Amino acid sequence: MPENVFIALQNTPEAQPIIEAIVADNDNAVVNESPGMVKIDCPKRLVLRRETVEEKLGQEFNLQDIHLTLISLSGNIDEDEDEFVLHWDF
Amino acid sequence: MSIDIKTAAVEEKRITFDHIARKLGEGKKPNRYQEVVFGQQPEEVFHYRPTWDPERELYDVRRTAIQMQDFEDLLDPRQYYYATYVIQRSRQQESQEKNYSVVEKRGLLDNISDELKENIKKVVVPFRHAEWGANMNNFHISSYGFQTPIASAATMQGMDRLGNAQYLTRIGLILSENDPAILDEAKELWLHDPMWQGLRKVIEDSFVIEDWFELHLLQNYLLDGVFHPLLFQHLENHIVTRGGAAFAMLTELFIDWYAESRRWTDATIKVAIDESDQNSKLMQSWTEKWKPEVVAAAQRIADAVFADQSEEVMRSILDELDDRSRKLGLLN
Amino acid sequence: MAKNQRRLNLSQKYQLMTRGLDWETTYQPMDKVFPYDKYEGIKITDWDKWQDPFRLTMDAYWKYQAEKERKLYAILDSVVQNNSQQNISDARYLNAVKIWMQGVTPLEYAAFRGFNMLGRGFRGAGARVACQFQAIDEMRHYQTQVHAFAHYNKFFNGFNQHARIRDRAWYLSIPKSYFEDAMTAGPFEFITAISFSFEYVLTNLLFMPFVSGAAHNGDMATTTFGFSAQSDESRHMTLGLEIVKFMLEQHEDNVPIVQEWLDKWFWRGYRLLGLIGTMMDYMLPKKVMSWRQAWEIYWEENGVALFNDLARYGIRMPKHHETATREKYRITHEFWSTIYQFSHATALYTWLPDEEEMDWLCAEYGELFEKLYKPRYEYWRELDARGERFFQKRLPVVCNVCQIPIFHTYPDDPCKNICLVSEYKGTKHQMCSEGCKDIFDREPEKYCQAYIPPQQIYQGNCGGATLEDYRKWLHIRDEDAGEYYGSEDNQLWEKWQAEAARV
Repeated sequence: MPENVFIALQNTPEAQPIIEAIVADNDNAVVNESPGMVKIDCPKRLVLRRETVEEKLGQEFNLQDIHLTLISLSGNIDEDEDEFVLHWDF
Repeated sequence: MSIDIKTAAVEEKRITFDHIARKLGEGKKPNRYQEVVFGQQPEEVFHYRPTWDPERELYDVRRTAIQMQDFEDLLDPRQYYYATYVIQRSRQQESQEKNYSVVEKRGLLDNISDELKENIKKVVVPFRHAEWGANMNNFHISSYGFQTPIASAATMQGMDRLGNAQYLTRIGLILSENDPAILDEAKELWLHDPMWQGLRKVIEDSFVIEDWFELHLLQNYLLDGVFHPLLFQHLENHIVTRGGAAFAMLTELFIDWYAESRRWTDATIKVAIDESDQNSKLMQSWTEKWKPEVVAAAQRIADAVFADQSEEVMRSILDELDDRSRKLGLLN
Repeated sequence: MAKNQRRLNLSQKYQLMTRGLDWETTYQPMDKVFPYDKYEGIKITDWDKWQDPFRLTMDAYWKYQAEKERKLYAILDSVVQNNSQQNISDARYLNAVKIWMQGVTPLEYAAFRGFNMLGRGFRGAGARVACQFQAIDEMRHYQTQVHAFAHYNKFFNGFNQHARIRDRAWYLSIPKSYFEDAMTAGPFEFITAISFSFEYVLTNLLFMPFVSGAAHNGDMATTTFGFSAQSDESRHMTLGLEIVKFMLEQHEDNVPIVQEWLDKWFWRGYRLLGLIGTMMDYMLPKKVMSWRQAWEIYWEENGVALFNDLARYGIRMPKHHETATREKYRITHEFWSTIYQFSHATALYTWLPDEEEMDWLCAEYGELFEKLYKPRYEYWRELDARGERFFQKRLPVVCNVCQIPIFHTYPDDPCKNICLVSEYKGTKHQMCSEGCKDIFDREPEKYCQAYIPPQQIYQGNCGGATLEDYRKWLHIRDEDAGEYYGSEDNQLWEKWQAEAARV
């Protein structure tokens, strides 16, 4: 049964630390690259953690900044200052 | 000798789109504002009647009694399209943000007198609901307004009003040190205090006006033309001269915003008035219908704040509005 | 006063900034202030349960959007300065961009106006604000697109008359009628149609593979506005999902209404996207992904997962989804064959796939393509070689719901043409599929109003009775239409290529 959530980001240097953070925090994440964009699929739940992005970036990061590189997503969203979560609940 | 063909001019087949050329005349290059406000609203071949308004088409010129040869004449003198609008607002917001955080961090509002604090709580903070009403009204104009110039400008005006309401909210929260009770109290006043009921009634009555141009005149001309000077000129001055100088740092944006937005309001009203006597008479009749209510609503607030100077404040506001009206042809 | 400085988190900040602003009106009844949000039968018991996941305040919105716009316009300016139109893969590609300007940009405009209505119309303040953000975003999208395409218009045909053909051209009735259908419905149906069915379920198929295709084909302008727009789109999609869940949670009576809308708008959106799939399969000289593959990823995987998630509310998969999936092997070929034959009545050029493309199509679509569509293209190629480029002389019969020429075949028999008929008030109406027929039969009063271009042309309402008259009425010149090879665009492109080769 299909169960992936996904997030797609522009393939730019700005998005790089976000992509790395997602890969680091989600063991089952699968990264697909196409021209200009990166799509990351993950079964049921995908999390983006502010702290992990900050580690990769070496700077403070505001999670709302993903809007600058976000292309698309699929899944229910829970967002606060520290985490951006996509999930299916079935 | 070498010639770099890559840098040679590439010959252009045409300057612009056909509909823009028809509008501006052949050979004229449009700017980016003109490119996006002309010719974008569908003109014909409407497939279905709206289930919410079966007597009219989806885009229908009859949603106002104002008549224009060309509704695309209702242009915005600021020439805002999306990019120039958000870039301008973000710039202003950045400098405002500094003001807000200075006032907040240094506690600059802490030391003003209780009387002035009461003014902010009872007059400034409740006004966020009036700005919210202005947001709704401008979204009515942007929804049913005819042609893109008015629809796009009203959309931006509507968003501005949400921004204004949120800035007023922040002023309250700075004063209360983030205790939301200040907002609840302000809402109570808005809903029940006699001082606010005149304004709340006009605004609620405006919510059911269908004619989008009448609504534009009432909201963006009359209501703003009275209440913005009342709050952000006279009341501000009242607070500043009594030791509340920091307050000016929080309201500067409203003064700038109003000065800017009235250029659009005035330009659109003037174009419609200049179009015909019929438009002019109609707008005069709308002004006669609404102005007394708006003034009476403002009077209640002025009386509460300015006491014996109330008459003077109101006279000054109305003199300015009348001057403006004469220039536009709203008043003979 | 107690010194009790509290730091507000994102959610609290949004809550305070936006939510408390509205009030229950008393000088005018709420039903008069919000006259349009009850007649569809959707029952909302508590608007405060509405959750906006992104919680944008105006200051954040201006900041992020300004940053996006600065980047976008820097690139658009550089495209102009560097004549980047010369760096695309091939001028055939631009026909996909023409479809975008003629057919998709007007949808952005329609969304701008439609979401304005919702931004005023919904009773709940949170939902209203979310719609206002979307309204102004959509304004952004149509404007950035016009600005991006303005440059191509200076060199290539098919862009200059877009404002006229947007309303008049037969093939642009497909997107136009789609959005007008949504806009003339009530606010809840509109948002289900656009934010959920179109944005959430289907636009990934438009923006992701196609814009990635634009990147692959060297079109910086489209790539940049496309991805930049899509970053707004992810907010819109989320609005779509939230509003659907909200309706379903608010009252059980809403479930069957929402299900009917999902059925209708899934099918309507799927039909519309056939046009996009055709752009992907046939108009991108450098391919990224076939329609079949995109359908498998974005519908069969992601779309189905979404519906699995909604099952707990009693929502089932949209009707006729099996047919859509079965058609994935044929829909774009049937569509391209149709545009190919009728392109003399469009502001587009068409062509036959070359050998390499034919191989790619065979690899992506397998046996069915080899057996059915390849021989058809080969036959047309022979005609072309003899100087008899094939164009249809007669006008197509179009579906009275989706407005697409009825070229479709039976789900279980790709050799047999389908045409279904419903009779309403003594008039026969043709439909292309069970999906469209269901939509017609549910609301015949609505669809019998539709403007059907071929009928109008035959009745002489479109400038006259001949193709020449019709084209003149559309402001399409002979040179703007028909076969790509030998066209003005083609000649200009060849000239640029020759100049570049000389350097």
